[in-house]
Amino acid sequence: MMTDFTPTEMMTIAAARELSNDDVCFVGIGAPSAACNVARLTHAPDITLIYESGTVGTRPDVLPLSIGDGELCDTALFTVSVPEMFRYWLQGGRITTGFLGGAQIDRFANLNTTVVGPYDHPKVRLPGGGGAPEIASNCGRIFITMALSKRGFVEKLPFVTSMGHGEGGNTREKLGLKTKGPTRVITDLCILEPDPETKELTVVSIHPGVGRERIVENCGWPIKFAETVIETPAPTETELSVLRDINARTKKAHEGAGPGKEAA
Amino acid sequence: MARIMSLTDAVAENVRDGDTVAMEGFTHLIPYAAGHEVIRQGREDLFLVRMTPDILYDQLIGVGAARGMKFSWGGNPGVGSLHRFRDAVENQWPRPLEIEEHSHAAMANAYEAGAANLPFAMLRGYIGADLPKVNPNIKSVTCPFTGEVLAAVPAIRPDVTIIHAQRADRKGNVLLEGIVGVQKEAVLAARRSIVTVEEIVDELSPPSPNSVVLPTWAVTAVAHVPGGAFPSYAHGYYPRSNAFYIRWDEIARDRETFTAWIKENVLDTRPEDYARHAAKTSAKVA
Repeated sequence: MMTDFTPTEMMTIAAARELSNDDVCFVGIGAPSAACNVARLTHAPDITLIYESGTVGTRPDVLPLSIGDGELCDTALFTVSVPEMFRYWLQGGRITTGFLGGAQIDRFANLNTTVVGPYDHPKVRLPGGGGAPEIASNCGRIFITMALSKRGFVEKLPFVTSMGHGEGGNTREKLGLKTKGPTRVITDLCILEPDPETKELTVVSIHPGVGRERIVENCGWPIKFAETVIETPAPTETELSVLRDINARTKKAHEGAGPGKEAA
Repeated sequence: MARIMSLTDAVAENVRDGDTVAMEGFTHLIPYAAGHEVIRQGREDLFLVRMTPDILYDQLIGVGAARGMKFSWGGNPGVGSLHRFRDAVENQWPRPLEIEEHSHAAMANAYEAGAANLPFAMLRGYIGADLPKVNPNIKSVTCPFTGEVLAAVPAIRPDVTIIHAQRADRKGNVLLEGIVGVQKEAVLAARRSIVTVEEIVDELSPPSPNSVVLPTWAVTAVAHVPGGAFPSYAHGYYPRSNAFYIRWDEIARDRETFTAWIKENVLDTRPEDYARHAAKTSAKVA
């Protein structure tokens, strides 16, 4: 076990551990992409990673900056059109796990990536939902990874881009959904799970060296802790070196090569 | 039959003020050179359609060429916001932008419905999401067989679709490879289409009988514009300039630097200037 690691590294590694060889995983860009590829390069070499650009079974050597980098297609088992991706593979129910990030989340794991402020007169216009609304409903289960902060973990979302557990309880069942929705939220301080009854996100595991107060202070709602809370195992040497290596390769690839000068 | 012509003529003949225009490309094969020609020719009041409007639509919005946009994800992938898009939505600069926002699944289905000559698309979508509350074009339809209520969105039928592809033959048959996105559907859904290509070859020689080919009789105009997807990429030709996508953030953040960049790199340039980005290499990430 290593003791020298950052909260973000702990988050990525804890998220990676959620995945297994049997997963067919729809990968969001950013933190989810890092976690999914660390899983593939450590304990889950046979995991199927799918990006919404249509690349299936991809094995990138560097993390993509965008959802459609050439690296994803070059290393994929095959690549399909975007309509096929969303119709046959996602809506068709072939994806076991969706891995999402978001700008804001509420206690029932609903996500906002659309606007801050009123929709018609936004204070901040965010990029929007992209694939998330249907990833959230059509994947077998959803993992979410994002850093714990008051700005991100809010009492009330200004906009529900993709539904997690709605109003809590059996919202999903009432809407006819048979998929599980968010089952784990992995942050840089702790791991949350929806309460089996209320579906409210509850702390089930705390990362090494993190106190409960810090979690309470960084969450926008009065966060609850499960009866039994465990300590997240610290990253292993292998996990950390795999993560640091891929981050270093990625940084070099995105900043170094290629014509960075003015586009015509 | 597609006519092989200059990009300047293709845009002059096929893109009109007020048109609904789709310039598609899912990260890959984004038709930058053609979009810049639209800006140079001063088209106005365009209604832009694209699943993933990125830098190119940020530029069209920033110069005031668009009255509206239908989209499902408007950001600089992996980098952050589109600042010109945000400025238009948040501050109405340089003009207000009407937005019609969907999810990717809905947009992909809507293009497919357009290509299939259907009036609308249906999907199991938007469940529990807020977009249907703010977009009156998201409705529902009940399955006549099972009673299931499904989301319904109108088919996308652009006046003109513009895409970039690897190559065409001299008859105007077009081949696309790699991440093919929704380009085939977008071309088939449109009244008119322009395809810019890296190469024009004697024999198209599709690598597989199942290759994505748009036949000449389904395309309006083909223009030879090597490098025309830069800073996006052309699989098998040149890589994506992730470095430029990262740099765009600072260029577009400020109205003055943006306007200066547009003058120097769009208004004062020609389609041929893209050729310096063209290179036949492996499409590894850059």
